[in-house]
Amino acid sequence: MSEDTETSTDSGAAPENDGSRFDRLPATDDEREVPSRPTRAEVLDWWAERFDVPPAVFDGHTFWEKGSGKIWAYAGDAPSPIAIEGLGMAFLRTRREHWKPTLEAVQRFGDHADRNVVALSEGEAATFLAGEDQELDWDGDWGYLIVVHELAGEPEPLGVALYVHGELRSQVPKGRRRDFRD
Amino acid sequence: MEVLERYESLVDDFEAFRAACERPLPSVVRVNTIKTTVDRAGRALADADIEFEPCWHEGLFALPEDQPGTNWPYAHGWLHGQEEVSAVPAEVLDPEPGERVWDACAAPGSKTTQLAALMADSGTLVATDSNLGRISALRSNAERMGVTNVAITHEDARNHSLKPFVEGRSGSDDGAAEPLYDRALVDVPCSCEGTIRKNPDTLDEWTLSHVEGISGVQKGILRRAIQTTRPGGTVVYSTCTFAPEENEAVLDHALAEEPCELVDFAIPLEHTSGVTEWQDESFDPTVSKAKRIYPHHNDTGGFFCAKLAVTGE
Repeated sequence: MSEDTETSTDSGAAPENDGSRFDRLPATDDEREVPSRPTRAEVLDWWAERFDVPPAVFDGHTFWEKGSGKIWAYAGDAPSPIAIEGLGMAFLRTRREHWKPTLEAVQRFGDHADRNVVALSEGEAATFLAGEDQELDWDGDWGYLIVVHELAGEPEPLGVALYVHGELRSQVPKGRRRDFRD
Repeated sequence: MEVLERYESLVDDFEAFRAACERPLPSVVRVNTIKTTVDRAGRALADADIEFEPCWHEGLFALPEDQPGTNWPYAHGWLHGQEEVSAVPAEVLDPEPGERVWDACAAPGSKTTQLAALMADSGTLVATDSNLGRISALRSNAERMGVTNVAITHEDARNHSLKPFVEGRSGSDDGAAEPLYDRALVDVPCSCEGTIRKNPDTLDEWTLSHVEGISGVQKGILRRAIQTTRPGGTVVYSTCTFAPEENEAVLDHALAEEPCELVDFAIPLEHTSGVTEWQDESFDPTVSKAKRIYPHHNDTGGFFCAKLAVTGE
């Protein structure tokens, strides 16, 4: 798709996301041109509602979309759009009904979370990191949870799990799995 | 190993040099201060009964009995496996938070992520590589380390374009914009002679024509780094090889062609000065400000590092 299509207002068709470049998220609904694209306000609200991460945690970061619904967090300067290979960290997937944070986002920002955080024992954390699902008693919400375990004396965010039907399903991507089970 | 004989006239204690080149290197990790502190990383290793020893710089640990990737702190992105001399150039470049920095030959990202940590993951760190497969490794390392200030470009560093980063400029495609960077790291592809302790086969395919060919690439990348760095800015040039064709000769070329000068710097590692003569050639006398680190000096890999100031005239 050409840049002309993206900015066109008189062709009749709504602009769509261009997966070959990074586009900065609009601040709010009023500034939105690509209907499918989330706004910065929606992303901040989601982190606040789902995990109780204060919006101020992201004050130093701008949010960008590359690939449909794949949101990146970036601390540097760049004009929008920008067609390069990487911009900060892939940190949230918004394409499906239930938004899903990346393992990297949770490891980097998850220590600010106070809700939907599940603390695992070392053995349970090892099962999770190996990519295995496990039965777990959990009284909180179903859906995506932040998994923490104790490291060097403090709880440390490790990754993302999906909790459904009494089961904690590991969402650790293949490349980040390690088997530390005894 | 015969290749190394060509450096007998340069090396202070050639027998010690040869002997060191035949010993394997220990695993070394760098603590990623974007995600943790040196104290907490040390505690995590100690809690896991993993033996570690300090190296020349705070936050570098040798792991005599362990591989870097097989422990909890690694899984959290707290540690990165990195040879200890390879941590030298980012420290010499010494970027500050908020600056604009270019890493000209970035993949697989050991030095990129070290630069990001020195910048406290703020400012803009442009990381370039010419190989898409290696960019994938760079991206994965940067994400594992929690880096968010990096912008990754796929291009030949000799023709690095500033255009994507300069808002509102359009028309010309030659990337001819004002210098963008406060600092640049030019850790170029090289014949890697200094990595022989890690990769014993590295000299098997050594040829003089490869050294001479790659020297041309190195000159082009260093020149582009100087052109894209503002007057008063800093460029660090480094290789992991001993060949003067890839080291002092490249500096000599840049001094002749671009507005720059070599500057003094200090490192807490034993080293010798850059050489001003090699075979039939003599180089600008200021290349002696560069540093050669031989494997027997500090029981590390081999390395070459130079610091340049961009003068603008």
